[in-house]
Amino acid sequence: MKVIKIDKKDWAGGIEKIQSSYRLYGPVKSDAFHDFKALEKGELPDLNFSNTRVSPKSVVYPQSEVMFEYSLDEKDAEHHILKDAAKDYSPKAVLGIRPCDAASFLLVKRNFDTPEYKDPYWIKSYEATTFVGYACNNPCATCFCTTAGSGPFNEEGLDVLLVDEGDCYYAKVITSKGESLLNAAGWKTGADGGAPDKIAALEKEAGSRIASSVTTGRLKDKKTTELYEAPFWEDVSFACINCGTCTYLCPTCWCFDIQDENSGCSGVRMRNWDSCMFPLFTIHGTGHNPRGTKLQRVRQRFMHKLKYYVDKYDNGIQCVGCGRCIRSCPVNIDIRKVCDMMNSYDPKACACPAK
Amino acid sequence: MIKGGIKVLNPYMPYPVRIDEIITETEDRNLKTFKFVFLNPGDEEKFSYRAGQFAELSVTGKGEIPIGIASSPTEKGFVKFTVNKVGLVSSYLHSMKVGDIMGIRGPLGNSYPWDTLEGKNVVIIGGGFAFTTLRSSIIFMLDPANRKKFKNINVIYGARSPGMLLYRDELAAWEKRDDINMHITVDAVNDPDWKYNVGFVPAITEKKAPSADADTYAIICGPPIMIKFTQPVLDKLGYGHDQIIMSLENRMKCGIGMCGRCNIGKEFVCKDGPVFTLAQLNATPREY
Amino acid sequence: MLGYIDNIREISKRLLDEGRVDMIIGFRKGTIPLMNEPCFVKNSGELSTLVWDSNCGINLANYLTDRKEKIGIVAKGCDSRNIVTHIIENKIKREKLVIIGIPCKGMVDKRKIAGMFENGIEDITEEDNIIRVKSRGVETSLNKSDLLQENCALCVHRNPVIYDELAAPLIEEQKSVDRYADVLRIEAMTAQEKWEYFKDLISPCIRCYACRNACPLCYCPTCFVDESRPQWCGKSQDEIDTRTFHFLRAYHCAGRCTDCGACERACPVGIKVRQFTSKLNKDCLDMFGWEAGLSPDQRPPLDTYKPADPGDFIK
Repeated sequence: MKVIKIDKKDWAGGIEKIQSSYRLYGPVKSDAFHDFKALEKGELPDLNFSNTRVSPKSVVYPQSEVMFEYSLDEKDAEHHILKDAAKDYSPKAVLGIRPCDAASFLLVKRNFDTPEYKDPYWIKSYEATTFVGYACNNPCATCFCTTAGSGPFNEEGLDVLLVDEGDCYYAKVITSKGESLLNAAGWKTGADGGAPDKIAALEKEAGSRIASSVTTGRLKDKKTTELYEAPFWEDVSFACINCGTCTYLCPTCWCFDIQDENSGCSGVRMRNWDSCMFPLFTIHGTGHNPRGTKLQRVRQRFMHKLKYYVDKYDNGIQCVGCGRCIRSCPVNIDIRKVCDMMNSYDPKACACPAK
Repeated sequence: MIKGGIKVLNPYMPYPVRIDEIITETEDRNLKTFKFVFLNPGDEEKFSYRAGQFAELSVTGKGEIPIGIASSPTEKGFVKFTVNKVGLVSSYLHSMKVGDIMGIRGPLGNSYPWDTLEGKNVVIIGGGFAFTTLRSSIIFMLDPANRKKFKNINVIYGARSPGMLLYRDELAAWEKRDDINMHITVDAVNDPDWKYNVGFVPAITEKKAPSADADTYAIICGPPIMIKFTQPVLDKLGYGHDQIIMSLENRMKCGIGMCGRCNIGKEFVCKDGPVFTLAQLNATPREY
Repeated sequence: MLGYIDNIREISKRLLDEGRVDMIIGFRKGTIPLMNEPCFVKNSGELSTLVWDSNCGINLANYLTDRKEKIGIVAKGCDSRNIVTHIIENKIKREKLVIIGIPCKGMVDKRKIAGMFENGIEDITEEDNIIRVKSRGVETSLNKSDLLQENCALCVHRNPVIYDELAAPLIEEQKSVDRYADVLRIEAMTAQEKWEYFKDLISPCIRCYACRNACPLCYCPTCFVDESRPQWCGKSQDEIDTRTFHFLRAYHCAGRCTDCGACERACPVGIKVRQFTSKLNKDCLDMFGWEAGLSPDQRPPLDTYKPADPGDFIK
């Protein structure tokens, strides 16, 4: 694999060059936290971060997005007929995305890009994006990527992987899309022959720092209805306040709502992130709610990520181990603990394996 | 105007339609049948459907609701939906008039398993306003080109009162035919001239449904309480759980298996359903 | 406060064994530093999971809403005030509760501490007023009083106002704290400055409703932001809708808020939600001499009328 060496003194200049042909997104610090934001002209991504508070999924999939526009004015020739909203799918690049977050797009793609239906907004936005990853030399205590199908130097879902090596970044060129971006920046110097070894050493060290894990190997063999009826859900869900923090911060949660919003005689049909934690998510017009209790909603979130997804796609769990839901849950519900409970659940063994 | 990117058909874009006719079906006026015609030539062909599928009715400015298609693929020139007035969109739809413009998006979901049902006896069991896709199925099967593909057709259909039965003229016409056995019933009736059954659907099913054999399939569609008490009757009659076919409803938005809310286990009611066999449902959480 | 643990367990055991309660609601040790998890215990053999330290900031009154069991609940000062509010508002019956009072010395601000250790925190231990943080193998000792959550630093009701058992002797309340310095600062702003201030304050909001859901006051079966007929509030990231949510929610808490800080603690994007409620708390104190949840025998000012009430509009 080709490795480019980017001197840190050439970093700002290269980014300025890319900005003429890409819309750039990167981590920006506001108050105590980093978040992925659109970078202004001349603004640099702040790579002095462990990971962002909210995941970068919004770069491809905004929290609120207009799908259609319409007129309700009967004097208009095409009133009440939906029109495509103006969209910008020109090239964009996200700089400094962590490998776990980049991998999450591949998981989400399975939902939006199916053999039967294609979600045009997600797909076009995704295809317009070049993912420039930033390897994790110092993973957090809550990171469990290595047992969730990713890793601190994982390349899946990335076009380029940057590795911080003191005075320079090594840029592993993963796809031709990535190569184009590096060319646009004018970063062309091949790395010295020792680079692969240095990267491997950093990768090994980073991997050894991941102290946290999940066990997932037996999830597939569990019977859905038995896991669903497991007695531990009451204990797992007790503390939950049913806010949307875990789902909104999660890079792999994709659920959405569609709403019409009118202003005078015109309006838009838009979609907004939604959350399985909210009772409104599933309530019928009659008032009947198939997931009317907190326990049912908490169970849905974990069963979706750790069982339904596993069975549906046969490609691991719907989680990349970024740890955001663990760090930000107001009441300390920990997916690692729940995953292990599900993975080791034996309905015959014990009446209550909850503790 | 779309800058850059690839070309993808937009599954969220409804076909524009005009309301051509509105029929108030029931005495409580809560059920109306809307007949739509497509505004653009060619859209009707694109909206090619099978009995048992549904569509999102798109009321511009209010939102969308998933509704079973009540017309049959054998009826041309229009599509029909019978809508119960419950929520925001359906209530607004009930206030709309002939000539108003809106959209329909679909067809969505699977359908009744017509390949399996071919050459079989079909027992249709319906209750209340959940008779819409069953109407579609009956019209489809009774079509001269199709009738010979099915053996005996039995229909058990019940409502609270005679005035709450849907499609009353058609029910009367089917009663007169000899290629379909109709068992219409109401929970209670004051009318001394009522010439059909009185009693709940499960009881009438027990009396009138043919007993099971490998060639007989039951399709059930109705309120949860009816389904709950009809299923044991079918068990008693010997129907295997692969031969009991049900159509589910859940809250939906996208209708294409993406927005995440209508799942029962790993199956999406909108995309993998709404039609499931009881055997399939037995293996999945009952979140509907 | 670590010494409280044994007493909490002992009292809980007695309550469960004597059949006075069906369950104890308290905290168990969290899976990450600076976090404990609200939990219930029904079996006295499992009481060793109960803990108490400076990371028990969640308001447990939130877990009582409409419960029918006989419950023993661990309650610090603010929790007890919200239990009183729940009793006044008929969300729980006093006779169903055995309140295990905690004289509270304050909860720490987890974000403040986490922000001080960029390499992450491996472990935290505490002893009286000392918090020891281990990060990358290095231990640092900090004064707890410098790390309190803001509302705890300003708290003048640390002792439970209502209790059946006590986990420790009552403590001296904080005097001479300037509770409303922030409110005074905002009150001094011009209308335009205030507008900009609140606009910036809530700009990171992602509408996850953690503030609302962590709040024991927000128990409405359907919140106004979730109503669809009519729909009072849009669902998008439109700043007018976000503002509508925060402003109206704050007003729904007027005369009821105990300044427990649950909203701020829960917010995943660090919004200082108390900037809204503190002003209303101050107004209630200034205008009605009222602080929420101090006595189950007094009706809150916004559901009573007295001829001496300020405000000419009602006369």
